[in-house]
Amino acid sequence: MFGNLSDRLSDTFKNLRGKGRLSASDIDATLRDIRRALLEADVALEVVKDFIGAIRERALGDEVSKALNPAQQVVQIVNEELTQILGGESKQLRFAKSPPTVIMLAGLQGSGKTTLAGKLAKWLKEQNQTPLLVAADLQRPNAVTQLEVLGERTGVTVFAPEPGNGTGNPVEVAKQAIAHAKKAQFSVVIVDTAGRLGVDEEMMQQAIGIRDAVGPDEILFVVDSMLGQDAVNVAKAFKDGVGVTGVVLTKLDGDSRGGAALSVANVTGAPILFSSTGEGLDAFETFHPERMAGRILDMGDVVSLIEQAQKTFDEEESKKLADKIASDSFTLQDFLEQMQQLRKMGNMKSILGMMPGAGKMKKQLEDFDESEIARTEAIIFSMTPVERNMPKVLNGSRRQRIARGSGTTVTEVNQLIIRFEQAAKVMKTMAKGGMPNIPGTNPVQMGGAVGGGYIGGKKKDNKKKGSKSGNPAKRAAENKGLGYSAATETKPGNAFGLEK
Amino acid sequence: MFKFLKRLRGEKDTPVEAQAVEQEVVAETVFEVAVDAPVVEEHTQLEPVAEPVAVTPTVVKQAPIAVPVEEPPVAEKAPAPVELEAVELPKRSLGSGVRSLFGDVVDVDELEDILILADFGVETAEEIAAQVKKEASRQGATTDAELRLLLKDLLTERLERKDSSLNLEDGKLPYVFLAVGVNGAGKTTTIGKLARWLKDGQWEVVLGAADTYRAAAVDQLATWAERAESPIIRPAKEGADPAAVAYQTVEMAINTEADIAIIDTAGRLQNKKDLMDELGKIRRAVEKQAKISEVLLVIDATNGQNAMSQAKAFTEVADVTGIVMTKLDGTAKGGILYALQKELNLPIKLVGVGEQINDFAFFSPEEFAKGLVAKK
Repeated sequence: MFGNLSDRLSDTFKNLRGKGRLSASDIDATLRDIRRALLEADVALEVVKDFIGAIRERALGDEVSKALNPAQQVVQIVNEELTQILGGESKQLRFAKSPPTVIMLAGLQGSGKTTLAGKLAKWLKEQNQTPLLVAADLQRPNAVTQLEVLGERTGVTVFAPEPGNGTGNPVEVAKQAIAHAKKAQFSVVIVDTAGRLGVDEEMMQQAIGIRDAVGPDEILFVVDSMLGQDAVNVAKAFKDGVGVTGVVLTKLDGDSRGGAALSVANVTGAPILFSSTGEGLDAFETFHPERMAGRILDMGDVVSLIEQAQKTFDEEESKKLADKIASDSFTLQDFLEQMQQLRKMGNMKSILGMMPGAGKMKKQLEDFDESEIARTEAIIFSMTPVERNMPKVLNGSRRQRIARGSGTTVTEVNQLIIRFEQAAKVMKTMAKGGMPNIPGTNPVQMGGAVGGGYIGGKKKDNKKKGSKSGNPAKRAAENKGLGYSAATETKPGNAFGLEK
Repeated sequence: MFKFLKRLRGEKDTPVEAQAVEQEVVAETVFEVAVDAPVVEEHTQLEPVAEPVAVTPTVVKQAPIAVPVEEPPVAEKAPAPVELEAVELPKRSLGSGVRSLFGDVVDVDELEDILILADFGVETAEEIAAQVKKEASRQGATTDAELRLLLKDLLTERLERKDSSLNLEDGKLPYVFLAVGVNGAGKTTTIGKLARWLKDGQWEVVLGAADTYRAAAVDQLATWAERAESPIIRPAKEGADPAAVAYQTVEMAINTEADIAIIDTAGRLQNKKDLMDELGKIRRAVEKQAKISEVLLVIDATNGQNAMSQAKAFTEVADVTGIVMTKLDGTAKGGILYALQKELNLPIKLVGVGEQINDFAFFSPEEFAKGLVAKK
């Protein structure tokens, strides 16, 4: 089974890669694979048909037959078309010229509107806006309470004059909310509405009533990324009913293949503004179409990772670290600090998941135990400063003491030291401009080394990435392990060796 | 058709039910309240439980060193003889709840695409389309009506099985139901409807709010509990251990001699290993006191092929016994059920067709297939 669309497509492309010339039947066979992959990823049939049609036309045209590497050209076309459907460049939320800006949320039941309302409010608050949450879902039992709890957690005011559970008029609530927001000078109003089916005319009429009452600057259509073929019908119904100015994709942290993103973007023509990636109130980010397409093609979401890293990594500290690595004075103390910094950056799994080629180790990522970090911390905390700075002094009795002090076993202490030594070695290689490529290690096991490695690596030139083995077969195998094909040696960082 | 075994109760029961409505119990104090709970001691007239204690002392006397005194296993301690009665519960059927796949004419050549559009998945769609073509030419079916009938039979056959009714028949009270699924699938709503339905059939239901994670999830279930006039066990505080809530729910069901305990769990995406592991813990907590009769996996019909991944993951960790498909009242057809059935061999037990308390039905493969091929 293929894990996801990226895996599926990269497998399809593997067959194309080596070819110097593509025949029409090569292209057709590939397109069949792509069609199937897209359908299995829940991209709507009509969208798939259009997509395949567009690719076929371009693939059979001059642009491919004249290209030096036609297979790569096809990949490039697929990438471009994907990006285009997903909306080209990332779009911003529209703010009203005179506040309050009104954002209305609409969508099916269970798509995640109320949770999103909380996240959006928190995000806006961090941008120095003064959001007001409006509880206009008077349908679902205790939706109002849920919004109130979210308001409390985020420190955002909730306007909830009606208790809900089937009583009260949401249109009236919405109307009052706007008046209240104007009077109390809130800069953004977020209206949470009840989940409704596209075919429920009565409920759709109610949504239109709310829309007309509040005059929203944005009507955000909240979509579960697990949606199937029905995404098209639902999107049409909302577009024709209440109208859609922007889309938010939720539950993207799941293993869904996310084809709904393509369908909805295609049908509504509205940009996907945000994606929601977890249950925590911070699990929310601006949607980047070009990155999503890259992700689908398994090129990794490196830009997101860098942004996230910049949020927490202290520039100076990373420079200090890079120097340390270069001068070979990387100690357990640094190892610990590294790990703590990495933790600040957020959940390890989500960070590792963004690395290129990570699709292949998804399973390992899921099995990665966050508490492993806590144990590692405990072990290092149980060491004296001397031991932390000079791991060489760690003899048997010291190790025993450390194990007792940290509530672990000597074996675990030993393992940590081995891991540390490997990490130090990897980082040193990287600091010199090489790639970490020790057989038998992977980024998950390396723990803290990942963040440091990549920060250090970024600072250096990339000329010599890839295996340095003199044996061509071994070199190819090792490079493959990194998620790069042997052919891409000259141009690392691009899974398909395409010239940009 | 729906004959189920429940505890035999007298006429006196009715006022007790009314009282039970108000009974919202905070988990930590469950035991005291449970003791206070008004229960009609129906089984006091029955034979007292065989006393296992009588045997133990003799053993101890004769061989004081060899055998350590064993606590009798939990099962023996419980008052085993419960008088049961077979009851019929109001029948719920899907009726015309499913939207047809076809317009005026069935076109065999377009069948594959139509099935794909209904979320059957590429593989299943190809398979069924080929099968229909083959059968049609074998039987010489050409007219629209013939083709519809043929497809209906084919579809029915693929989902038909004996064990699609809810497990409320083995008489091992209390029955314990667990609802699991991804976020927003409709677990809480399903439980609310199910509880009301059972209550209508004079069943004593206890609900457990083991979704201690999502904001106000407990209140949402509490509202349904009120509508279903059933007591609910709440977590002591937000974020409390869901396994503890599950344990206390079953405990209360046993102490108040309820017929069934239904436990709501937090929505979790199937690729979150730690959250999935938590389900195992909830299971184990329940199994300390009672057998789990059903683990219902709630799947949103609007979900596409990801439903397969959900079903696989949940089956692996939570031993799912049946599927509930919700939101079939929309435009989604739920064709993934066919692939699920084939791949995982799980019965589909219930379907949800709306937000109102009566909006659910028992799954019937034939009704479902009929709906799919119906002429509009």
